[in-house]
Amino acid sequence: MSAPEFRNGLVRWIDHRMGIFSFMHHELHEYPTPKNLNYFWNFGSLAGFMLVVMIVTGIFLAMNYTPHVDHAFDSVERIMRDVNYGWMLRFLHANGASFFFIAVYIHLFRGLYYGSYKEPRELLWMLGLVILVLMMATAFMGYVLPWGQMSFWGATVITNLFSAIPWVGESIVTLLWGGFSVDNPTLNRFFSLHYLLPFAIVGVVVLHLWALHTHGSNNPVGIDTKGKQDSLPFHPYYTAKDLFGLGIFVLFYFGFTFFAPDFFGEPDNYIPANPMVTPAHIVPEWYLLPYYAILRSVPDKLGGVLLMFGAIGVLFILPWLDRSPVRSARFRPIYKQVYWLLVADCLVLGWIGANPPDGMFIVIGRAATVYYFAHFLVLLPLLSVFERPLPLPASISEPVLKGGGAAGGTVKPMEKA
Amino acid sequence: MAHAGGITAHEHAGAGEPGEGHDATRRDFLYLAATALGAVGAAAAVWPFIHSMNPAADVLALSTTDVDLGPVAEGQAITVVWRGKPIFVRHRGKQEIEELAKTDIATLPDPQADAKRVKKPEWLIMVGVCTHLGCVPLGQKPTDSRGEFGGWFCPCHGSHYDGSGRIRKGPAPKNLAVPPYEFTTDSTIRIG
Repeated sequence: MSAPEFRNGLVRWIDHRMGIFSFMHHELHEYPTPKNLNYFWNFGSLAGFMLVVMIVTGIFLAMNYTPHVDHAFDSVERIMRDVNYGWMLRFLHANGASFFFIAVYIHLFRGLYYGSYKEPRELLWMLGLVILVLMMATAFMGYVLPWGQMSFWGATVITNLFSAIPWVGESIVTLLWGGFSVDNPTLNRFFSLHYLLPFAIVGVVVLHLWALHTHGSNNPVGIDTKGKQDSLPFHPYYTAKDLFGLGIFVLFYFGFTFFAPDFFGEPDNYIPANPMVTPAHIVPEWYLLPYYAILRSVPDKLGGVLLMFGAIGVLFILPWLDRSPVRSARFRPIYKQVYWLLVADCLVLGWIGANPPDGMFIVIGRAATVYYFAHFLVLLPLLSVFERPLPLPASISEPVLKGGGAAGGTVKPMEKA
Repeated sequence: MAHAGGITAHEHAGAGEPGEGHDATRRDFLYLAATALGAVGAAAAVWPFIHSMNPAADVLALSTTDVDLGPVAEGQAITVVWRGKPIFVRHRGKQEIEELAKTDIATLPDPQADAKRVKKPEWLIMVGVCTHLGCVPLGQKPTDSRGEFGGWFCPCHGSHYDGSGRIRKGPAPKNLAVPPYEFTTDSTIRIG
C-alpha cells in the first residue's frame, strides 16, 4: 500500500494532489495475483478489450449513420461502399459483438467450473451478470439499427415479449415503440439507447473490477492465497500473459472480420425492412439462441417469457444454490461431470433455437430446458449435500511445485496466513 | 447537553428513551416527511420523461384509414395499412360463413362466435398481427399456406388460425384482433 517513489517530478507533483499514479501502481502493477492462473483467466481482459473496440468502432460508425426508417438501411450501405474504411469499421463492429459474447461466455463458464461465484465473490459474480444483461440489450438494439428484415422482425418479436405481462403488457409495448408498431420512433430511441448503454456497461465494469480487487482472483485450485509465495505481481507477469492471449484471440476475430465477415450474419438482413411481410424463419443472433429455444419450448406465452428471463435469473442466486464449500471442480468429481452436461445442454439449446419449432425439435428443446433448470435448482443443491470432494492441496504452491524440484529452492517456506 | 434537564421534563412524550428522546422523534418526523416529499417530487419529475416515449400527437393523428371494398371480389383478400400495422380484409363466401358458424365454441382456446367478430358476415376485417409475438401470418395470397384450419398460419412459431381468424392451434393466446371500424357506405369502411 505504500506509495511508490516516482522518478518524474511532474508525476510526483500530481500524485501528491491526486493519488492516481499510486492507485494505478497498486492495482495494475504490484496487484498480487495467484501464480497458478491458466489461460481461462485471460477472458476477462479479452472482454474488456472487446468493449473498448466496440465503443471506438461504434462512435465512428455513428458519424455516418442516419437513424431514420427511410435512410437507415441506405446509410449503412453507404458506410459499406462509400465511406473510407467504412466496410472495415462495420465488420469490426458486427463481428466484434460475436467475439465480445464469445469472450464473455467463456469467462462465465470459467467462473462456473472453478466456483468463482462462491463466497466472498458473490457480488463480483452478480455484477458480471448485470453486465451480461446490459450487453444483450445493447446487442439487440444494435442489431435493429441497419433496418433490414431481421432487424425489423427481431425488434417486433422481442418487444412483443413484454405484451405477455398481465394487465399492463400492451401499454408497455406501446411505450417501447412510441407508436402502434415498430416504426421510426422505435428506431430513434434504440439508436439513443444503443449509444448510451455501452457507457453504462463501462460503469458496471468498474464496479466489477472493484469487487474483484477486494479479494483478488480465484484460481484453478480454488483455495485462497496464503502469502506472498502464492502470488505474482500483475505486471509484468499477467500483463504479458494476457497480451499474448490477446494476440491469439485477435487472430480469430480478424480472421472472421476480413475473410468471413458475414459468417455470423443473416442474409435476410440485406433486405430492407418491410412491415407487411415476415420472413419465413426468424432467428436471433447466435448468442441469444439458447434463450430463444427456452422461450419456444413453453406452450404458454407468459410462461415462456418468464422461463427465458429465469434462465439468467437463476444464475443470480447460484451462489446460494451451490452450498459446497469447495470451489474448484477439480476436487468435485460429480460436479465436474454435471458441469460438462450443462455445457452440452446449453449447446443443444442453441442448436434448437436455430431450428424451426416442430417435430423432434420441440421434444428435445423441452427436455433441454427442463435439464437446464434442474441443473441449478435440483442437482447443485443435492450435490452440496451428497458429493464427497477430493482432498484439497495445502496451498497454491504445493501442486505447482510438485515434481518441479529446482524451482522449490527459491521459494520461501510457507507463511501461515 | 445544556438543556438536558428541560428535555427530561417532556420525556413522557418520547418513546421512553433516556435523554433526547423527544427531540429525536421530532427530527425523525421532519426527516421522514422531507425525504418522502423529495421522493414524490423525483417520481413526478420522471413522468414527463417516460411519457415522452409514448406515441406523439403526429403518430396518433395517423389513426384512421379508409378502405374501398368495391373491387374486392368474393374469395379475395386484401391487406391495408392502419397505424403501421397490416389489416387483413377478406371477402368470404356463404358456404364458408355457414361452416364457421357450426364451430363448437367451447373447444376454442379463445372462445368467440364468428358472428361476434364481423359487422357484415361476408367481410372479415382483422389486424394481421399474430397475437403471440407480432409476426404477420400467411394466408392473404392464394399461394400462401393457410394452416390446418383454412385461415391463416404464422410461420414464426407455428400458430394456426381458422377462417374467422380464431386461434386453433399453436402458442398464440388470442384470436386475431378485430380493429374498431365502421361502414361509412355499403362498400367503404373507416378503420380507427
